[in-house]
Amino acid sequence: MQSLLADYLPLVIFIGVSLVIGLALLVSPFIVAYSRPDAEKLSAYECGFNAFDDARMKFDVRFYLVAILFIIFDLEVAFLFPWAVAFGDLGWFGFWSMMLFLGVLTVGFIYEWRKGALEWD
Amino acid sequence: MAAVPMFALAPALPEIVLAASALLLVLIGALRGERAAGLIEALTFVALLVAGFLVVTQGGERLETFGGSFVVDAFARFAKVMTLVGSAAALLMSGDFLRRAGINRFEYPILILLATVGMMMMISAGDLIALYLGLELQSLALYVVAAIDRDNARSSEAGLKYFVLGALSSGMLLYGASLIYGFTGTVSFAGIAQALQGEGHAGAIFGLVFIAAGLAFKISAVPFHMWTPDVYEGAPTPVAAFFAAAPKMAAMALLVRVFITAFPGIVDQWRQIIVFVAIASMALGSFAAIGQRNIKRLMAYSSIGHMGYALVGLAAGTAEGVQSVLVYMAIYLVMTLGTFAFILSMRREEGPVEGIDDLAGLARTQPYAAYGLTILFFSLAGIPPLAGFLAKWYVFAAAVEAKLYTLAVIGVLASVIGAYYYIRVVKIMHFDDPAGAAFTPMSAGQKVVFALASIVILILMLPGAPAPLNGAALAAARSLF
Repeated sequence: MQSLLADYLPLVIFIGVSLVIGLALLVSPFIVAYSRPDAEKLSAYECGFNAFDDARMKFDVRFYLVAILFIIFDLEVAFLFPWAVAFGDLGWFGFWSMMLFLGVLTVGFIYEWRKGALEWD
Repeated sequence: MAAVPMFALAPALPEIVLAASALLLVLIGALRGERAAGLIEALTFVALLVAGFLVVTQGGERLETFGGSFVVDAFARFAKVMTLVGSAAALLMSGDFLRRAGINRFEYPILILLATVGMMMMISAGDLIALYLGLELQSLALYVVAAIDRDNARSSEAGLKYFVLGALSSGMLLYGASLIYGFTGTVSFAGIAQALQGEGHAGAIFGLVFIAAGLAFKISAVPFHMWTPDVYEGAPTPVAAFFAAAPKMAAMALLVRVFITAFPGIVDQWRQIIVFVAIASMALGSFAAIGQRNIKRLMAYSSIGHMGYALVGLAAGTAEGVQSVLVYMAIYLVMTLGTFAFILSMRREEGPVEGIDDLAGLARTQPYAAYGLTILFFSLAGIPPLAGFLAKWYVFAAAVEAKLYTLAVIGVLASVIGAYYYIRVVKIMHFDDPAGAAFTPMSAGQKVVFALASIVILILMLPGAPAPLNGAALAAARSLF
């Protein structure tokens, strides 16, 4: 247990040093920097146009649908890569497991297509 | 490195059949559209029956597959049959209501089917990973089902509330599971039991508490019950009927399996948790239901109370205790399904009604329904010699045998207080003047479930009639020890 903890000593020192440096850089400008703010300096754009609108605008809910559909197929690829790399060791069980997974995804894909989730209007 | 071996699939055949039919039905629904809703409902019902048949014909011995993470024993078979009965009955009586409400989407039976697959996986879980997978498959389907009436703000609210709180409880459960894994080095229930023999480590007990919290949420036991009344009231009535029956059965079976098979070495530690949760649930179920005016909210508090009584049997921690939990859950399932079959039929010309006052004078307008409902409510209250009394008798007897006298006494007192609001409903039905026109006639499915439930409760009164149920439950309970 002692040696296990001792192995992590460099990590602790590293965290300590980065903490000190980070805090020092964060705090020192408040102490030493020259600061004389005025209204122009503090505005969002010191040069250029004023903001037209609030940045928190509403998005069409369909963007979320597209994002979710993207994540599903993104995950599929994330699963396929390690499966392909380890394919030789997996055998038939591994092969059919992935085929089943792809089959289930295809059923979901057909469902969302027929439901019109892929159409923008 | 050797190739991964092919696992035996036969033990999981009922689940595989259900999952495959769910996929097939999604395809049918997607290709044929809303016209297929009736066909899909019928096929789902058939799939549930086939799965039930497969579970029953699996034989009596213990089967394991997927490296021990999927266990089929007598306990799993008993709980699975009950769960399938709950799902099939909920489906049978909900079609008519959904059609009239205009929300008979073809996704509804499919989601019920997927939730049922999840429940059966939960019941058969042999390690923490299988437990979580089953639980999430069930929960994700249930979140969507709760919000199935998506144009109705209350239904959406119910779904969202259930989802947020459910995600929180899943998080707690996972945190507990990670602690258990960290302190025992294994996720399998048998391995955990071996690692925790004798003195349990404080960290593992910490994990146990979190797992208990996550599972208590799923059976809506106090102090994790807050979602239940709102979800029952907000979700469409068929959904509330489904929530009250099958998922409760499955989650209770899971709770029993986890505590009995994974933590037998630290009974004294988890018994404290279960005793507290049982007392709190019984008390809240009895007191909070008194002021309710909405029958769905009343049933929600009633289910919270009943989960408390069932947990009394688990607190005993013996085979007799587990047997009493199973008998209790089976009888609870029948009573709840029967009551909800009637609640689903509470409809006047202008639409469905949910007030308890709307039942006034039912004995004069619809005498048969009133007498059936009277039997069910007396049974829910635990009036001897009805089945609900038998169920309570078994759990309290198990608690007394385990020397948990205080728990048994508090349970009896809570059931006396709880009897007040059940009997009040009976009084309103029989002695108050009719509040309005008679309800429109029940659909065939509701009639079947309502009549069967009332008859089962009556038959269980006959001497010797509960023996087969007790025998099956005892064999199931023994398979865990």
